Amino acid sequence: MIEISPPSKKSEKNFTTRLESVDEFDRVETVGEMFVDRPKVSCLGVSVHYGDKQALFNINLDLGRNEVLALIGPSGCGKTTFLRCINRMNDTIEGCRVDGEIKIEGAEINHSDADVVSLRSKVGMVFQKPNPFPKSIFDNIAYGPRIHGLSGPKNELDDIVEAALKRAGLWEEVSDRLHTPATGLSGGQQQRLCIARAIAVNPEVILMDEPCSALDPIATARIEELIDDLREKFTIAIVTHSMHQAARVSQRTAYFHMGHLVEVGVTDQMFTNPRQRLTEDYITGRFG
Amino acid sequence: MNRGFSRTTGGKPLSSLNIRRQRAERRFRRIGLFGVGLALASVLFLLGTIFSSGYSAFWRLHFAVDIDFDPVLMNVSSDPSLEELRDVNYLSLFRKNLERSYPEVKDRSERRKLAQMFSESVPDVLESLVISNPSLVGSKQRIWVLSSSSAEMIYKGAAPRDIEEKRRVLTDQQLTWLDQWHGENLTRTRFNFRFFTSGPSRSPELAGLGGAIVGSALTLLVTLLISFPMGVAAAIYLEEYAPKNRVSEIIEVNINNLAAVPSIIFGLLGLAVLLNVFGLPRGTPLVGGIVLSLMTLPTIIIASRAALKAVPPSIRDGALAMGASPMQTIFHHVLPLAMPGILTGSIIGLAQALGETAPLLMIGMFAFVADTPSGILDQASSLPVQIYLWAESSERGYVELTAAAIMIILVFLVFMNLLAVFLRKKFERRW
Repeated sequence: MIEISPPSKKSEKNFTTRLESVDEFDRVETVGEMFVDRPKVSCLGVSVHYGDKQALFNINLDLGRNEVLALIGPSGCGKTTFLRCINRMNDTIEGCRVDGEIKIEGAEINHSDADVVSLRSKVGMVFQKPNPFPKSIFDNIAYGPRIHGLSGPKNELDDIVEAALKRAGLWEEVSDRLHTPATGLSGGQQQRLCIARAIAVNPEVILMDEPCSALDPIATARIEELIDDLREKFTIAIVTHSMHQAARVSQRTAYFHMGHLVEVGVTDQMFTNPRQRLTEDYITGRFG
Repeated sequence: MNRGFSRTTGGKPLSSLNIRRQRAERRFRRIGLFGVGLALASVLFLLGTIFSSGYSAFWRLHFAVDIDFDPVLMNVSSDPSLEELRDVNYLSLFRKNLERSYPEVKDRSERRKLAQMFSESVPDVLESLVISNPSLVGSKQRIWVLSSSSAEMIYKGAAPRDIEEKRRVLTDQQLTWLDQWHGENLTRTRFNFRFFTSGPSRSPELAGLGGAIVGSALTLLVTLLISFPMGVAAAIYLEEYAPKNRVSEIIEVNINNLAAVPSIIFGLLGLAVLLNVFGLPRGTPLVGGIVLSLMTLPTIIIASRAALKAVPPSIRDGALAMGASPMQTIFHHVLPLAMPGILTGSIIGLAQALGETAPLLMIGMFAFVADTPSGILDQASSLPVQIYLWAESSERGYVELTAAAIMIILVFLVFMNLLAVFLRKKFERRW
């Protein structure tokens, strides 16, 4: 268990031995600012097993209010697994076991009694590959409000759909074809539609799993702008393989390596002055 | 046929290896083409035989007879009541009219031969004519009546004509009448509506598929109502909910095995369990439908599981991440996308069930049921069983009926398969 204390210069001095590799360590002490004041989401000692294989080792990490937290690291390091712990999407994977404490606004969610449906209405998710439902644009956005009973009369639903599309910056492009199939949109538009779909139920947290990896640079830029806008209202965690993207959109960055959380830091600091050797290697492209 | 290859490259001859490879390629293609051709030829031959021997069943030969509804012949008063008319011996009315029309036929056995030119149904036809229109009494009418099957077979050329009298279905005298009537325009052929409406009969010219079609439809309805919901529910459970462990593996293997069990075994099961243990009524569409649904279930389950598996997991993830419950995810997203595949599989399963004979024979759906069944608890026949029974019959008139019934069942099968294609095209959605 890591001592919970705000990072300070004093504590930083204690990390004299730089972590070079995690292979020989059972437990890796995370370095940096993994905790924040009044966290939106706080994770303590989260471990994940897929069957016999352990995928995450004792992760301690907070998501602050109105912040974008970037999760970086080489493929298979557990970023996505960690992300999926927060809305319990790991429940859908057979043989997956999540241990530890995960609290949203102080309420424990990693517990069999916790209601997954209401959790997922509070924690939206955007996937790597745009996955609009094969229905109309309108029905895609309206699906969440409908199943959560957020909409009353029809015109209210219209308003919700319009607001969500406007927030996602898609309204102007699709307002005249709301009832055409969503699968007819371009990849970037589909991804923004998925973001609009996620925010239509008014969540508190949005999890993004490499949302731009299937998009071209222009569409990526639009999504990044959007993420920056959304920060005003939501807490966002984004998994990305692009160091530049992490640097552009996030306030804090967490570096995962082989299931361990190696380092968490304020993004600017982390990219200019990583404290762990592993982080430095990854960021500078020597590894990963 | 050198598509994709050329014999020479840049003017240089190909190496022997290359030539051999190309030859092997061509040979392989020819073998495949031959296989396809053989299969097509057999299908065409099959269809051709069935059609050529069955199409004639769709029309029937009629003879004209002059009937004098003489009250004296009918033994009724000149203004008879309906009751009186019901008591009339119409067979004797018919015979006496024949005697009047053909006074030259004196011999008793000759007279019988003459009456045998006509269908056994003639007295019934006369009765229904008179009952529906009593004013006919006292009038003379020319009435078109069905010929007997033997006369019709000769007329259609389905039975040999130029052989010795003993082996022919008509006597020389009967043959003369037939030719004479044909010459005098006393014969005509009409479309055989009766084939689609009436039930089986001892006389081929009166037999129809109506009862069998209704029986098959009711049986299939029961099959559909049982096997479709159960099959889809089982597939959803196995695909979406069941944990992947040894038990579900055993279930899966056994479902696949069930699909290969000979259908007569299902019939035996129905006989032993449904009839003997539960005492359900024998030979009814209810029992037939239950047995056929047992047979169809594995097909539907396997097809439905494949269709569910083909729905991309990203759709499930998307719905679950929106906070949809697993059931909402399935019913709002997965099932609609899987529906085309599920429907196709189900219809193909039902088409199999439509052609299934053995299990229906086991549970007693082979009885001679003259009436059209009015519900699933009535004794009924079914199309394949009717075909089987007609094929067994020795009378020549049943040959064309058998072929025609096969044509009808083929039409139903083609129709069901077209429906499957149509539904797949209609509900198919891209993602």
